[in-house]
Amino acid sequence: MLGRTLREVSTALKQGHITPTELCQKCLSLIKKTKFLNAYITVSEEVALKQAEESEKRYKKGHSLGDLDGIPVAVKDNFSTSSIETTCASNMLKGYVPPYNATVVQKLLDKGAVLMGKTNLDEFAMGSGSTDGVFGPVKNPWSYSKQYREKRKQKAHGENEDSNWLITGGSSGGSAAAVAAFTCFAALGSDTGGSTRNPAAHCGVVGFKPSYGLVSRHGLIPLVNSMDVPGILTRCVDDAAIVLGMLAGHDPKDSTTIQDPVKPFTLPTFADVNKLCIGIPKEYLAPELSSEVRSFWSKAANLFESEGAKVIEVSLPHTSYSIVCYHVLCTSEVASNMARFDGLEYGHRCDINVSTEAMYAATRREGFNDVVRGRILSGNFFLLKENYENYFIKAQKVRRLIANDFVNVFNSGVDVLLTPTTLSEAVPYLEFIKEDNRTRSAQDDIFTQAVNMAGLPAVSVPVALSNQGLPIGLQFIGRAFCDQQLLKIAKWFEKQVQFPVIQLQELMDDCSSDFEIEKLSSVSLKQ
Amino acid sequence: MAALVVRLSCLGKRWVLACIDGGSRHGRGAAIGLTSRRKRGQSSVAQQPLIAVQKSRKGEREWAAVVGLEIHAQISSNSKLFSGSQVHFAAPPNSLVSFFDASLPGTLPVLNRRCVEAAVMTGLALNCRINKKSLFDRKHYFYADLPAGYQITQQRLPIAVNGCLAYSVSVGKKPSQVSTRTVRIKQIQLEQDSGKSLHDEPRSQTLIDLNRAGVGLLEVVLEPDMSCGEEAASAVRELQLILQALGTSQANMAEGQLRVDANISVHHPGEPLGVRTEVKNLNSARFLAKAIDFEIKRQIHELENGRKILNETRSFDDKLGCTMPMRDKEGKQDYRFMPEPNLPPLLLYDTASLPPGADPQQVINIDWIRERLPELPGKTREKLIQQYGMLPEHSFTLLNEVGLLEFFQNVIKETRAEPKKVTSWVLNIFLGFLKQQNLAVNESPVTPSALAELLNLLDRKAISSSAARQVFEELWRSKGKTPSQIVSEKKLELMQDQEALERVCHTVMEGHPQVGVEGRRKAMHFSAC
Repeated sequence: MLGRTLREVSTALKQGHITPTELCQKCLSLIKKTKFLNAYITVSEEVALKQAEESEKRYKKGHSLGDLDGIPVAVKDNFSTSSIETTCASNMLKGYVPPYNATVVQKLLDKGAVLMGKTNLDEFAMGSGSTDGVFGPVKNPWSYSKQYREKRKQKAHGENEDSNWLITGGSSGGSAAAVAAFTCFAALGSDTGGSTRNPAAHCGVVGFKPSYGLVSRHGLIPLVNSMDVPGILTRCVDDAAIVLGMLAGHDPKDSTTIQDPVKPFTLPTFADVNKLCIGIPKEYLAPELSSEVRSFWSKAANLFESEGAKVIEVSLPHTSYSIVCYHVLCTSEVASNMARFDGLEYGHRCDINVSTEAMYAATRREGFNDVVRGRILSGNFFLLKENYENYFIKAQKVRRLIANDFVNVFNSGVDVLLTPTTLSEAVPYLEFIKEDNRTRSAQDDIFTQAVNMAGLPAVSVPVALSNQGLPIGLQFIGRAFCDQQLLKIAKWFEKQVQFPVIQLQELMDDCSSDFEIEKLSSVSLKQ
Repeated sequence: MAALVVRLSCLGKRWVLACIDGGSRHGRGAAIGLTSRRKRGQSSVAQQPLIAVQKSRKGEREWAAVVGLEIHAQISSNSKLFSGSQVHFAAPPNSLVSFFDASLPGTLPVLNRRCVEAAVMTGLALNCRINKKSLFDRKHYFYADLPAGYQITQQRLPIAVNGCLAYSVSVGKKPSQVSTRTVRIKQIQLEQDSGKSLHDEPRSQTLIDLNRAGVGLLEVVLEPDMSCGEEAASAVRELQLILQALGTSQANMAEGQLRVDANISVHHPGEPLGVRTEVKNLNSARFLAKAIDFEIKRQIHELENGRKILNETRSFDDKLGCTMPMRDKEGKQDYRFMPEPNLPPLLLYDTASLPPGADPQQVINIDWIRERLPELPGKTREKLIQQYGMLPEHSFTLLNEVGLLEFFQNVIKETRAEPKKVTSWVLNIFLGFLKQQNLAVNESPVTPSALAELLNLLDRKAISSSAARQVFEELWRSKGKTPSQIVSEKKLELMQDQEALERVCHTVMEGHPQVGVEGRRKAMHFSAC
């Protein structure tokens, strides 16, 4: 049952094949068994069971709240949750219990979803590995998959397997791992430069970043207000569409959300692929791109072409400036957003009280890790009067050029862009930490952050397994507020590629009965 | 050293402060002051600075002072600028604080429509150009009563720009010598107020009250077109009256609803402007004028003694009557301004640009607000002068005192007495009594109806002027009695009987033959009153 998609399990709930409480308990027991993944910071067991119980009552009365009623979900620990600790994986917010729910959390609860817990991340979502949080790194469930282990056995020469676990990507690694390991059916991430799509690609799940302004940010503890969007992680595109339907729309508490009403929708099973024009941005053919990813990318393009779509090479000429520009804008907003953490109203406060200034300094030094402090420092540098024009203003201009690149491409008739999500598959933790956070973020956000600067919707869809038996994802980028069309195309693509289900039976022997996993089906894009 | 003569003349509770140059009032000094302004290309209205120039010792050069103001007016609104918290003065500490006001992570600002309308109204009343698109910015500094670590303000593109404010100052020894001046308004911006820090020195603690944090402010920036304390104070007073007439701010300085920072510098006419200092947090018009005049004097003194003026922030000590440098450990602040990303540009419309089918709840129409502007003090005074033949200075006094105009109008409504008589009674006798006992108009024991009745008695010559005064004193003392009652109780009626009057006159003249001629004149005068 746990291996099913959200839509399938929702049907099972409606038909009474399983009750919300049973489903919740199964997920809770799986969360406990996969504790070593470190996907969750807080497991809200009591709250979840209570919500499941209420959901069960509704089902019994025939008053189900819809597709999400009774569905176990997880939420990244940078969304405010009323009466549940919200830490941002930082000492600064350890023990902070918000008095209110983020709008997206409230919407999930209003639809009857069962909140399993709060998922792990890089501190304040600053990172691309989910390795830099105060609660430790998240482990990629694929490290323990049959697919990966078999491949490794062929090569391994007595290496200690346990020390070779893989990162999830980030910063929403906890949410991606939670969905990939079947501990919930959907999870909220946040996406500022790729933080939902990157771990989705590494964990073999769907990671959807909606258009900026389609989904409320109220209650999402910000990284970069002008780029943040709540992200959705699910096991298939359809599920992402269901969740989006529940979350999208104007929020009076977020002035940047669209005013127009958003109607709930379901994705059609068929897309007129032969009427589509798919753009392949030539600048995304980066030298660092792994040959495997490149090969899947071109196969995907061929697939569209063979089904009658028009596939053309397009140019996004300002792509190469994107990462630097992102760095300036991101750190500047970070410097500003982090100013509120002074130990006065909430969160950590140091013991030093000789002066207010000394208290601020010590509180912030103890509360933030090096990555956060580093970004605050650079951001404040860029915002200084003498630097503002040369850095911030210029970066804003470049941001406009980057956004215009996309506008131009879409105006030329392209429906969606097809790009890689990441340079390669997930790397082992020990490999990952050889480079610092900044270098890693710059590398790993390469295909994803431009989308945030332009406010466009994008989705990472798992495509196939690499030679190492690890997932590879490709990204579709759509026109602003054409999220449904984007998901429609992604769904068609997903159906063609038949990405294999992760095989975790060995890991969770005693839960294997919970899985109804089809055999690894033929993968059309397999090398 | 140049003597700065400061004349303080009381007009009731209000005051007029004039700096008087030792020498020529209308001479060279003023003209030079004017020239230097034109050179700066800022003065749009030809105006005589009150006394812009200080003559120093014989043979030495003169000084001109330049004063600009930044005024923060708390917007009169039920809720704060970006949150739904209530706004009340003197509520229990931290009882009016929303999650946003306390800067809880993840909260976002939502702009209060009422505050925008108040800013538009104020902008229109001050002859500003209303920007149809304005932007919000973050101004960063760490302070315990600034929970987010930044203030949301409008630095780049404020809601209103390029206005002007006309005000009057008294220029001669007589209050009737009033001169109208104009100060340009650079901009009006919407911004958040901060909370309050209460320093508990003995326990070395600071207590924070966030009730005020996030209350909407109008920052009104006045160009440095003023040259002394009186000009600045008069301009602030006029602004206060306008805000109160509009209802956009209660503008009560004592309650901190109107706070003024003054930028002051001195220079030799014809030379570049001097280094300026900023005097912060002036919370009464009297202190504002005092602080500015002190600061001008201080700067001249410093410069004449070969010292330099530091670009610094100073505070005014109202007990010592002087300004002092504020302790500013970190020196000059870099506020690291940044666009506020959570608020889209603020768009306003006029009837021509209003999008068809727009929800009136979602848009603000400038023309609509313009049509509904209440009468402004300038217009009210003009009408008083025209309607009642009032002297300009009397119209000022009537408006300056809270409630006095209404009192006056109520008296006018109920009396047959001539407006000039009413004006004279309200401004001289009534206001004089109020001042003497330090009362506000609404605390007066004498109602408009009672005064109207008294003036009617006087008008139909039932009582004499001096008797009227006596009645008034009695009215003031014994609440509840009508003037007629007092008149009959005290037997103050004038004798209307011609014969009886003649008898009295004869008796008097017969008793005092030596003063007969003089006495006749007095008697005649007496009956004519």
